[in-house]
Amino acid sequence: MTSCTLKKEERSEHYCESHSSMKIATFKVFRGDINGGAEVEYKVPVEEGMVVLDAIHYVQKNISPDLAVRWNCKAAKCGSCSAEVNGKPRLMCKSRLDDFDLSKEIRVYPMKSFPVIKDLACDVSWNFEVNKKIAPFTPKPDTDWKMSQRDIDRVQEFRKCIECFACQNVCHVIREHDLKPKFAGPRFFVRVAGLEMHPLDTADRLEALKDDMGIGFCNITKCCTEVCPEDIHITDNAIIPLKERVVDRFYDPLKMFFRKIWGK
Amino acid sequence: MSTLDRFEIHEHDVLVIGAGGAGLRAAIEASASGASVGLVCKSLLGKAHTVMAEGGVAAAVANVDKQDNWQTHYKDTIKGGKFLNNWRMAQLHAQESPERVLELERWGALFDRTQDGKILQRPFGGHSYKRLCHVGDRTGLEMIRTLQDRGVHLGINVYMECTITKLLKDDGKISGAFGYWRENGRFVIFKAKSIILATGGVGKAYKVTSNSWEYTADGQVLAYHAGAEFLDTEFIQFHPTGMIWPPGVIGILVTEAVRGEGGILTNREGFRFMQKYDPERMELSTRDVVARAIYTENKEGRGTPHGGAFLDISHKGADYIKKKLPSMYHQFKELADVDITTGPMEVGPTCHYSMGGLRVDAETTSTSVPGLFACGEVAAGLHGANRLGGNSLSDLLVFGRRAGVHAAEYSKKNSTLRKINEQDLQQAEKEMTRFFENEGENPYMVHQDLQELMHNYVGIFRTEDDLKYAIENLKKLKDRAKTVKIDGSRMYNPGWHMAYDLQSMILYSEAIAKCAIQRKESRGAHSRIDYPNTDPECGKWNSIVKKSSDGEMIVEKMQLTEMPQDLKKLFEEKELIKK
Repeated sequence: MTSCTLKKEERSEHYCESHSSMKIATFKVFRGDINGGAEVEYKVPVEEGMVVLDAIHYVQKNISPDLAVRWNCKAAKCGSCSAEVNGKPRLMCKSRLDDFDLSKEIRVYPMKSFPVIKDLACDVSWNFEVNKKIAPFTPKPDTDWKMSQRDIDRVQEFRKCIECFACQNVCHVIREHDLKPKFAGPRFFVRVAGLEMHPLDTADRLEALKDDMGIGFCNITKCCTEVCPEDIHITDNAIIPLKERVVDRFYDPLKMFFRKIWGK
Repeated sequence: MSTLDRFEIHEHDVLVIGAGGAGLRAAIEASASGASVGLVCKSLLGKAHTVMAEGGVAAAVANVDKQDNWQTHYKDTIKGGKFLNNWRMAQLHAQESPERVLELERWGALFDRTQDGKILQRPFGGHSYKRLCHVGDRTGLEMIRTLQDRGVHLGINVYMECTITKLLKDDGKISGAFGYWRENGRFVIFKAKSIILATGGVGKAYKVTSNSWEYTADGQVLAYHAGAEFLDTEFIQFHPTGMIWPPGVIGILVTEAVRGEGGILTNREGFRFMQKYDPERMELSTRDVVARAIYTENKEGRGTPHGGAFLDISHKGADYIKKKLPSMYHQFKELADVDITTGPMEVGPTCHYSMGGLRVDAETTSTSVPGLFACGEVAAGLHGANRLGGNSLSDLLVFGRRAGVHAAEYSKKNSTLRKINEQDLQQAEKEMTRFFENEGENPYMVHQDLQELMHNYVGIFRTEDDLKYAIENLKKLKDRAKTVKIDGSRMYNPGWHMAYDLQSMILYSEAIAKCAIQRKESRGAHSRIDYPNTDPECGKWNSIVKKSSDGEMIVEKMQLTEMPQDLKKLFEEKELIKK
């Protein structure tokens, strides 16, 4: 038993009181590692406005302190707590329990497209490797750094990305076909779009998009756009314009003809 | 076989611990000067607290209000800090922040624009002019992403999800750091010629906080055990506007930009109560004043249903709100079922920032331990008794860069890696593995009691009796924390991680409470019910905390260095007397 240093009324309900009058939600959480694992059932008392991450924290605090989960801001700003809730990739901090039918179990699994480390934490390090290969922002020399808001609105949309990697997780090129080394994924098309459409950038990333980042593998099913917690129009505003630029440069029949003649 | 051979070892000229804005900016600068740089962070890269900074970065670039200049920014910072700031840090900060912000733009950051295409600035509490360069209400994300992308192309080695638990010294100088990988619990050693601490604050010691799990006073306590000193730990900033309903979101930050953009605070009677507390600046008063005002309104029975105040921005219209405060709009809509374009938010104070921290040299950011530097929230001095909103993002840029410059320079001058003491390693290892042999309680329970204790007894308003009670109980918590029992293995085990974090939080909490007892006056964020007035005599010293040779915590006063005449001249006579 724990010895209390505080007066009872100073402690929160969670700790000393029972939850007899409260609604209870049943969670089935994946517990395991790269070698396998199993669902473990947890009963969690429901508070008003509770989100799935709160339930996971409840389990950590009261039942299994070794339950592994990533989280930071708890306000959908850092993109750490991505998981699959009832099979759908989402941020746990944004998944309200009142959006679920609590008479049924809620299943919480780690993201499927990345190797699991333990429980809900998986190895997303590949994404950080992809980022390193993207040519950095290269401003025009001698610019006066004046830009109109209208010209940067679109780029600011891309820069809202919180790197939750839900788009990477749901993209079938990665999820079903695991073309990871050849395909950079939606997150990094958004990043490249943010650089390519920056009014003062001069670097050229089209060849890299075609060859190293495999933008051609994307067949615009828009799964990424659907799961984006920041509502970035990944497919329409980033991927399609980039694809068009790649097509213009490399697959325009006239340009291909001239390239054959002049060799560039 | 020597003890050293059992461990994974990495070697760098400069090791940066913490990868928020300050750590990243420091790493970039050190790397650019040719040093080999290792950057260690507890989370994944780009998830540190800087990402949650919303309203903007304060810099007198004078794009909107042409009258603004560094002198005014300096004055605002000192007045906001109630004259307890290190004057030289405040001067460097005000002078250098415009260049640091423009530099971010040159690295690809895209701030909101003025009509003539320059960086747009908004008003904020305690700033005389529109000074906060911003990107809607996600300025921190823009900054951290810009720094992160700049950093990865410079060849900085990033060690993600790694926690440092001990700084290693040889002959009184820094020689490296000991830590563990969160993923598998294996220990790792970093040999380094110099170390920069950029680990942030201590919000997790409080029950209601805007801080994430990472903010557990790691850097402060690592440095304390290595011989560095704390400065002004009693000054903990309670941000006036955190979410207060529903229970799951309590403490989450509501950006000051809501007030900057014209948000109005009212009590349950519909009265705009800031008229009573600061009729001149109203909602744009400093954070200490607004937080106390909300607290007082509640204590006197005029609070809102969930114990806070109403904050209303709906008069600005839906389009404007969605453009300038998009994440606030979504945060309330999705987490609280409140549409802020049509009605008020309910807000209340939340533990947000630690003005105190490690005592550092203003020019170089060095601590009193040779080879050890500190920047960002972990360091103290710039903000005095109360920080102005927007000044932490500029702080981390200005002093992050300075830390990088000087740590790299130190590494060049002390160009051989120093020895790692084997006994220190054995001790560091034992300190982490002993938890598995314990038979005590769950570490989360001790943490919960710590948060309750700090919230109730070392919170916004303090008394001698409460602080004594807190210190007594912190001793008991310290004993309990030593015996917490850990289930499971060392592999990605948050309970084990918490067991270590608890030791740091409790030690630093003790320093907060002890400095709060020593300061028998009210000043800035430190409010004593038993000493409600500001005492000019207490404005002449800072609080200092250090470890004695027998391991006891010593609390004392250190004379403030006097501001030079040319800076004094910026203030009116009466301002200088009133301090």
